[in-house]
Amino acid sequence: MATTTLPTGPIEPDASAKGTRFGGLRRITAAIREARGVPRFMLWAGAVISALFVITAVFAPLIAPYSFDTYRSGGHNFPKQGSPDGDHWFGTTVQSLDVLSRTVYGARTALEVMLLAVVFSLILGVLLGLVAGYFGGWLDRILVLVMDALFAFPYLLLAIVAGFVFSGIAGGGVVTAALSITVVYIPQYFRVVRASALSAREATFVEAARAMGAKPSVVIRKYLFGNVIQSVPVITTMNAADGIGTLAGLGFLGLGIQPTQAAEWGYDLDRAIDDANAGMWWTSLYPGLAMVIAILGFTLLGEGLNDVLNPTMRRRRISKVLLPAHTRRRTVTAPALPDVPEGEAVK
Amino acid sequence: MTEPVLSVRDLRVWYGTDRGPVRAVDGVTFDVRPGETLGLVGESGCGKSTLGRGVLGLTPPAAAVDGEVVLRSPGGAGRNLVGLPAKEIQRLRGPELGLIFQEPMTRLNPLMRISQHFEEALRAHHKGLPKQEIKARALAALRGMGIPESRYGSYPHEFSGGMRQRIMIALALVLRPAFIVADEPTTALDVLVEAQIIKILADLRKNFDTSLVLITHNLGIVAEACDRVAVMYAGHIVEQGDAREVFANPQHPYTRELLRSTISLSTTGLHFIPGSPPDLVEPPQGCRFHPRCPVAMRGCATVEPPEVVLPTGVVSACWQQAIEADPALADELGPGGREPLAAVKEISVADEA
Amino acid sequence: MLTKPDIEESGEGAAGDVGEALVEASGLEVHFGLRGGLLGRFSGRAAGAVRAVDGIDLTLRKGEVLGLVGESGSGKTTLGRTLIGLTKATAGTVRYRGQDITALGERGLRPLRRRLQMVFQDPHASLNPAMDIRTAVGHPLRIHQLVADEQEYEARVVDALERVGLTPPERYLGKFPGDLSGGQKQRAVLARAIIAEPELLVADEPISMLDMSVRAKILQLMLDLKRDLDLTYVYVTHDLASAKFFCDTIAIMYLGRIVEYGPTAEVFANPQHPYTEALLAAIPEPDPERALPRELPRGEIPDAARPPMGCAFHPRCPVAVEACGWEARDLRTLLENRWLELAPEAATREKSLFADVESLAVDGLSTVAIAPGRGHSPEDVLEYLRHLREEASQAEPREPFWRGVVSMHAESGRAVVEFAPPRDPRLSLIPATGVQVACHLREPVGSTTGT
Repeated sequence: MATTTLPTGPIEPDASAKGTRFGGLRRITAAIREARGVPRFMLWAGAVISALFVITAVFAPLIAPYSFDTYRSGGHNFPKQGSPDGDHWFGTTVQSLDVLSRTVYGARTALEVMLLAVVFSLILGVLLGLVAGYFGGWLDRILVLVMDALFAFPYLLLAIVAGFVFSGIAGGGVVTAALSITVVYIPQYFRVVRASALSAREATFVEAARAMGAKPSVVIRKYLFGNVIQSVPVITTMNAADGIGTLAGLGFLGLGIQPTQAAEWGYDLDRAIDDANAGMWWTSLYPGLAMVIAILGFTLLGEGLNDVLNPTMRRRRISKVLLPAHTRRRTVTAPALPDVPEGEAVK
Repeated sequence: MTEPVLSVRDLRVWYGTDRGPVRAVDGVTFDVRPGETLGLVGESGCGKSTLGRGVLGLTPPAAAVDGEVVLRSPGGAGRNLVGLPAKEIQRLRGPELGLIFQEPMTRLNPLMRISQHFEEALRAHHKGLPKQEIKARALAALRGMGIPESRYGSYPHEFSGGMRQRIMIALALVLRPAFIVADEPTTALDVLVEAQIIKILADLRKNFDTSLVLITHNLGIVAEACDRVAVMYAGHIVEQGDAREVFANPQHPYTRELLRSTISLSTTGLHFIPGSPPDLVEPPQGCRFHPRCPVAMRGCATVEPPEVVLPTGVVSACWQQAIEADPALADELGPGGREPLAAVKEISVADEA
Repeated sequence: MLTKPDIEESGEGAAGDVGEALVEASGLEVHFGLRGGLLGRFSGRAAGAVRAVDGIDLTLRKGEVLGLVGESGSGKTTLGRTLIGLTKATAGTVRYRGQDITALGERGLRPLRRRLQMVFQDPHASLNPAMDIRTAVGHPLRIHQLVADEQEYEARVVDALERVGLTPPERYLGKFPGDLSGGQKQRAVLARAIIAEPELLVADEPISMLDMSVRAKILQLMLDLKRDLDLTYVYVTHDLASAKFFCDTIAIMYLGRIVEYGPTAEVFANPQHPYTEALLAAIPEPDPERALPRELPRGEIPDAARPPMGCAFHPRCPVAVEACGWEARDLRTLLENRWLELAPEAATREKSLFADVESLAVDGLSTVAIAPGRGHSPEDVLEYLRHLREEASQAEPREPFWRGVVSMHAESGRAVVEFAPPRDPRLSLIPATGVQVACHLREPVGSTTGT
């Protein structure tokens, strides 16, 4: 038996010894590796699509034939509302812009806004959630009130209002768009993190940390954070998908990023409405399709993660057992010998 | 001798995992006679709870079960529960097979009054029982457990832990099953309440002629409430027999060590079993207890011991007694097989449960 | 007969130190406010208070192992936590080396935490699942800045792991709590508790969640640690058997108070309080020869928010006397228990004598006026009660309830039952034993005139 002997020779350092700082994440990766069936498919399909989206966004200048605001090249203007052909695979818009380039650059804008929004809301939401959940009391009450008020708003309306406010301060760029979306998502992180911090606060190990003499900041950093953070990846990916939609919604309403600053799918769709009525399908189809695919990718990833990580959703994989033939134990009957001292056999 | 209510023969319950099948119950044979209480003891992870569930047909769908679990209703013919469709077993559960769980609060629906619990249980198995009759039977069962009539309409949360366990027992008894499995029924309870519940369980056989399998890790409870005892280790029953006989004169080394390591009022020195129960995916060769056994012989590590029926009626699966019974068996251990096994000394202190 | 545990052997290392008072509690009270229903919550008023710890005096000497024993709800855990400042006392003082720690705030307590450690019941829950053993065990060193560099840190963690038997330490350093068994986790918890060189360790049921075969190992380890590191223990448990083996001094608690307090050997050999006797009788012995049928106390530990009057144990006590605090609630319990045993028809008949038995369930009624049921006069009720008393006086064992009834008479259409005035039993020393007990039956003669 392996457990009965001491390991001899040099003891190999445990493989897990390296990733000590994020012990909580170790469980996530382990769970992902174990995923099977539909969740596994969702996870992988989502990951592949999301990866394509990210690659497109990062390498947009290399992929797109022109810049997003290029309307002339080689000394002459692009055709206005030109249908797809060899020069412009996806056609051109009413402003003589190349649809392919706009679509590719749109991915870039979406990724930038998404990343910024996720990072902002992650930092603020997790921090506020931890503080509210750990300390409780009046601070918690006030924060919950504010967050619930934000949550109760229709999200697009909230984003519009925030967009107005921030565009006055930061102009109509990527950062403004990201901030307006951040406002929408902070309550989501806050709620989830606060709820898990509340339950983790009651955990014995937090109590034990207090009994060791740890300061609240240490308890939050070392004991709560690692355990609370595990619910975050799922929301993050789901929010990423949602964020693309919200950004496009803002753009569609003409409130998002100014067209001079970056290419944005929502804005393009808005401009393409009239084209669609006139039978020019390409200006709306490609940005729309790009948006759908990107959202699909992140949604699949998020749902997949949720299925894998959420213990209530996770189902033990069942492997059928085949029993080998049973060999019954032999039975020996001890003879009844009254004179034999019984203690002999016992000792 | 009266015919047993329940005969288990070569029962195996294996669970599938990624690492291979877990042999939670691996060839177990025992009988429970009418009105008898059988105590099933062992450390956690020895398969005692799985055995209890296996007997009741409550194993998860992924588990593989074979062997025989024959239940004989009074006067009726026996029938094998293994392989019976889930619906059939469900019908037997209640009127013929009762079950008492560890944590009563999780088994009582917090939104249902106690009266509703009884109505549901009785209606499920006796369709068309008049309301008057249901109430009379429920109250009689509750009275037997010392719960006053005035609490019949209360909700589960209005009772203390001990009262809830009494209600659970009353719920199991109201259908008058011939056979009950109680899985650690007192673990969550206080000392005094635990003693009260044990007394109730011990009185069961007198008052109701109910057979009981009492699963517990507490040897004291077995000594108090059981007629016979079966000691489990690593999916096997290593020793079974009359409780008095086994406790007074334990035969299997595991039983002996377990008794010695139990802290009781008469404890004067601490004793413990080195090592930990084995991983049931790859149980040790030969006798499963040999890596921790203080009297293990070399042969114990390779050849599985036979079951030895001792003159007292106690059955012990140990080579020591086997050779005692029939010296010719020593040959099976091979040359040098009776030399003491040295491995025990090497067990790391921290390799424990 | 009970055998004397070999406590001297376990305490030998610290024998020279025994005597110096390490922690002294006096008049210690911890009351938790109960939030009432919806209305109470809005008005912000507390609905009542649970007296988790209710006036406790004790002295813990250096090198001593004090056992706090009781059922759940006895306040033993709260007391243990209050002794090291983890729970705030609502009244009274706890002095650690002369310093009143109840007066200190969280900030003021932090430096002391190094010396006053706690081991919790559930080893699985008391380790952060996201922290490896190296970080978890050594964390007190970082918190109190006890090490200068990484090398020293590592050395001390390795030393602590070796001390608790997690050897070779290299094998455990990188592991997470999820990879360890229950016993190993409790060892890691102990390693964390001792690494900052504490003086006092409060162990809250440290072995109750562990397997039978491991319990003895952990207890042995704790004894070894005590000897090697000169520790003082407060051992909180419901398990008298392990307390008997483990503790030098034992305090039996019931509903927030100590009912018996003294040297372990003495308490076990010669239990003074009826509750202690009951607890001892309730322990299942793994020896069928000694498992005798016995009288168990009735009922369960009462609701701490509505404690019985007088001695809290009196409703369950087989030998209670008149001053133990009898009240209306006890009459109700008596009647209900009687009706349980009667045939349903007879019980219904008797019940109809009373208008509302539930009205007796109010706490703190030393005099109760019982309304007779429809068609019955107060005299009928009185006659019935007298009949019960008559019946009880012949039964064996005797029902102690009737000792507390001073008078029964009819008054303005009601049957009035008057109970003897309750008296709180005080802890008093039994001469020549060193045991203190809070029971009217054991009070020294002459001091019966009390509150």
